[in-house]
Amino acid sequence: MNRFLLPLGVFALLAVVLAVGIRHSPDKGLIRSPLIGKPAPQFSLPDLQDPARTVQSAALQGRWYLLNVWGTWCAACRAEHEALLSIAHGRQIGIIGLNWRDTDADARQWLKQLGDPYEHVAVDRDGRTAIDWGVYGAPETFLVNPRGIVVYKHIGELTTQTFNAEILPRVRGGQGS
Amino acid sequence: MLAQATFKRAACFVTILMICWHTSLAVDPVELSDPALQARYVALTHELRCMQCQNESIADSPVDLAGDLRRQVRELLQAGKSDDEIRDWMSARYGDFILFRPRHSWRNAWLWGTPAALLVLGALVVVRIIRQRAALVAGDTAPVDES
Amino acid sequence: MLPELGLFALILALLLAALQAFFGIAGPALGRDRWLAALPMAVAGQAVMVATAVGCLVAAFVGNDFSVRYVAENSNTALPLFYRVTALWGAHEGSLLLWILLLALWTVAVAASATRLPPRFAARVLGVLGLISAGFLLFTLATSNPFLRLDPAAPDGRDLNPILQDPGLAVHPPILYTGYVGFAVAFAFACAAMIEGRMDQQWARWTRPWTTLAWAFLTCGIALGSFWAYYELGWGGYWFWDPVENASFMPWLAGTALIHSLAVTDKRGLFKSWTLLLAILAFSLSMLGTFLVRSGVLVSVHSFAADPSRGIFILGFLILTIGSALTLYAWRAPLLKSGAGFEFTAREAFLLFNNLLLVTAAATVFAGTLAPLIADTLGLGTLSVGPPYFNPTFMVSMLPLLALLPVGVHAAWKRGHLGEKARLLLYTLAAALVLACGFVFGLYRGGRVLTVIGLTLGIWIIASSLIEPLQRWRRGLSLSRAVLGMSVAHIGIGLLAIALTTVQSYTTERDVALAPGGSSAVGGYEFRLEQLQPVEGANFSGVQATVTVLRNGQAVAVMNPQKRRFWVQQQVTSETSIRMLRGANVLIALGDDLGQGRWSLRIQIRPLVSLIWLAALVMAIGAVLAAADRRYRTARAAAGAPLPAAAQEVA
Repeated sequence: MNRFLLPLGVFALLAVVLAVGIRHSPDKGLIRSPLIGKPAPQFSLPDLQDPARTVQSAALQGRWYLLNVWGTWCAACRAEHEALLSIAHGRQIGIIGLNWRDTDADARQWLKQLGDPYEHVAVDRDGRTAIDWGVYGAPETFLVNPRGIVVYKHIGELTTQTFNAEILPRVRGGQGS
Repeated sequence: MLAQATFKRAACFVTILMICWHTSLAVDPVELSDPALQARYVALTHELRCMQCQNESIADSPVDLAGDLRRQVRELLQAGKSDDEIRDWMSARYGDFILFRPRHSWRNAWLWGTPAALLVLGALVVVRIIRQRAALVAGDTAPVDES
Repeated sequence: MLPELGLFALILALLLAALQAFFGIAGPALGRDRWLAALPMAVAGQAVMVATAVGCLVAAFVGNDFSVRYVAENSNTALPLFYRVTALWGAHEGSLLLWILLLALWTVAVAASATRLPPRFAARVLGVLGLISAGFLLFTLATSNPFLRLDPAAPDGRDLNPILQDPGLAVHPPILYTGYVGFAVAFAFACAAMIEGRMDQQWARWTRPWTTLAWAFLTCGIALGSFWAYYELGWGGYWFWDPVENASFMPWLAGTALIHSLAVTDKRGLFKSWTLLLAILAFSLSMLGTFLVRSGVLVSVHSFAADPSRGIFILGFLILTIGSALTLYAWRAPLLKSGAGFEFTAREAFLLFNNLLLVTAAATVFAGTLAPLIADTLGLGTLSVGPPYFNPTFMVSMLPLLALLPVGVHAAWKRGHLGEKARLLLYTLAAALVLACGFVFGLYRGGRVLTVIGLTLGIWIIASSLIEPLQRWRRGLSLSRAVLGMSVAHIGIGLLAIALTTVQSYTTERDVALAPGGSSAVGGYEFRLEQLQPVEGANFSGVQATVTVLRNGQAVAVMNPQKRRFWVQQQVTSETSIRMLRGANVLIALGDDLGQGRWSLRIQIRPLVSLIWLAALVMAIGAVLAAADRRYRTARAAAGAPLPAAAQEVA
């Protein structure tokens, strides 16, 4: 064995690592959530449309739901709004909104103008619930199963394609039950 | 299709970066009453990564989320949590990606062990080379260029 | 028309680079010595063509030609003329062009001095350089054409990123790249020697001044980048262990090892295969840095916009160049033999440890920088590696390195008798320890053990580096530039150790909230916020604070940090105000309007931080001095003479 081949060998390994790095590089901004497979964080927050009431995670136990994190300051949220409306229209799964670091008036105005895809919108003014969910940018969408386990997370704009390819099969397959 | 999706995601990532280019620094004039807690607060916020900016600590990042996370660190400190408990708390929500100090775990052993392993291995090789060369001194009569 | 002319010039440059590679490598291999005559023309022609392309792009910037996409994306009519020129390297495409221009200029310099080298060897060196140049030109033309047109033309440009609108950063890339690219020369010399099969001491002697010069540029470039980060990024840090910084630091460490290993190979004909490997390594790390910064595989504050297709191209090119060089190495290196011997305390042994420690340091930085990628490849999940990893692990190799330096410098070649110098070394060590303790416990009233160690080593290195020059001077002996340069560079290292230790140990930093008239005490000073007023610039508007700094009730300075909003990119930057007071840098950054007239301010006092950059400058000056030593010129002149027996072709 020629010990002078060692550098070439090390370099070959490095090239493999870099090649894998390139393949994965478009996902660099996306971080796998540690919540997947774990119970969804509990919350109890005021309802946007009726601040006297609260939206509680406990009440959502026993059914599938999507938790969509949004804010009126977020351009990508506007872009995905159309898709959210069509998902809501399909009535296959309910969407709970988490209005993150926003003002109630702006948020209500937005829903009035663009349509309201949400069953309820929980208001997270100070961002505590968002931190519990590991949110680092809006929009983010979580899929939670009837046992209250987070089974999927989508970061960035949600499209109907993603919904049909990633979310619906999970709901239909009853995965995570 | 796939290429387009890839491109879109790349573009999204660039936007995330742009958020950070926008602003420059966080100045956070909050001081905890206990100097020991304050020192731990400063140290901890410097080793937690700002998730939106991806290469700044939450201590330096001006984005809102970093501010929320700093507040969280303060509250956990005041609740009497240890540094490790606070790191675990953060990691449970954001994954190990948020820790600028990789955990001293078996999984990261290769990373933490690399410098020491290389030094020990290298030192063994170096000592062997020197032994071999020291044996050659007597037979080496070539003059040394001292210029 | 000019942009098309520039593109055409780039295509011609690619053709000339390809010719240069072909004639340079195939000519000597096939024994066609007449082909070699074409090389100088190819080299000169390529440089002219690349310069023409750069000129065309500069003209587009100066003339605000927003039909060129690159100009539209990185300039603006409101941008001052100076930054319209430096905007050339403000983003990926243009900085790549700068890389190529600098490589062309290094090649011209090598070709000009190559007349004293054996013709075939010189041809092979130029051939390898041509190959590298061709690769980068092809990369530019295929994935990063800076001359792409916009149709219709943009009415105005999107402006240069405001944080790049700064004199420090304007000159940082050219100097840094000159260093990066300079290692290509050592790489080319190594490859040429391996192709030729003549890897003797001559090779090392020819390579030394080039490598030392490149290292000087790289040192200055890194220091400038750090200086810029300190005063422009706004939070007063000078080193972040960011992937981009690490990308420049790894070749620096490998280059430092190479400089020392070359000395042994040159003087003693030892470590020949190791030196070859280091020459390959230093440039490989330079190219790897380019890859990391531009491919988007790592996340960084300073990185260019991510683009996987560029990454694939550079990776292919890396595999081709580094892979071939290492294959060549695996083939040739086993043929190298040396009968030279040395004792345990000889300088050779110290330099061997120097190389071990420097390469370990480089490997540590490498492991930390690539760890997220490696973990990803092995399926170990996501992870982050930041200063809490780099600081302690880097120290593991740096402290022994600093401790060995003073002894190694004074150890003699081969036998390693320290002689009377052993006593002098002990005296200087004792004096350094006393001084360091005085500094720590007298001046600063306390510190950690590591502070004392760091200061002692720094002072000891400086004092011991003075022994040789002073002794020669006292005895009326001449002092060669090589020895003088080495002493100066080592004094720079000592200064750096002192500066880093002091800054790390005695920095005071506080974020305060003040309303006009209010004041806050930080680190022995009182800071009083006097007023806030609006400011206007050529392409920004902002707020300026006036802060009076008082010591014992006396005003010692008035400082004006600003917060600027740049109109075009709608970006806010913090213009820190920095003042040197009693050897320490006082930095004030203006934060946010907290409401009710109160503003947040960051106040930071970093003692001796300026010494970090000064030390880098001293190191670079030392390197330039050493590179200018007379023996390199005579070495080249003598190379035309028949070679000694030891230097016969191995193949």
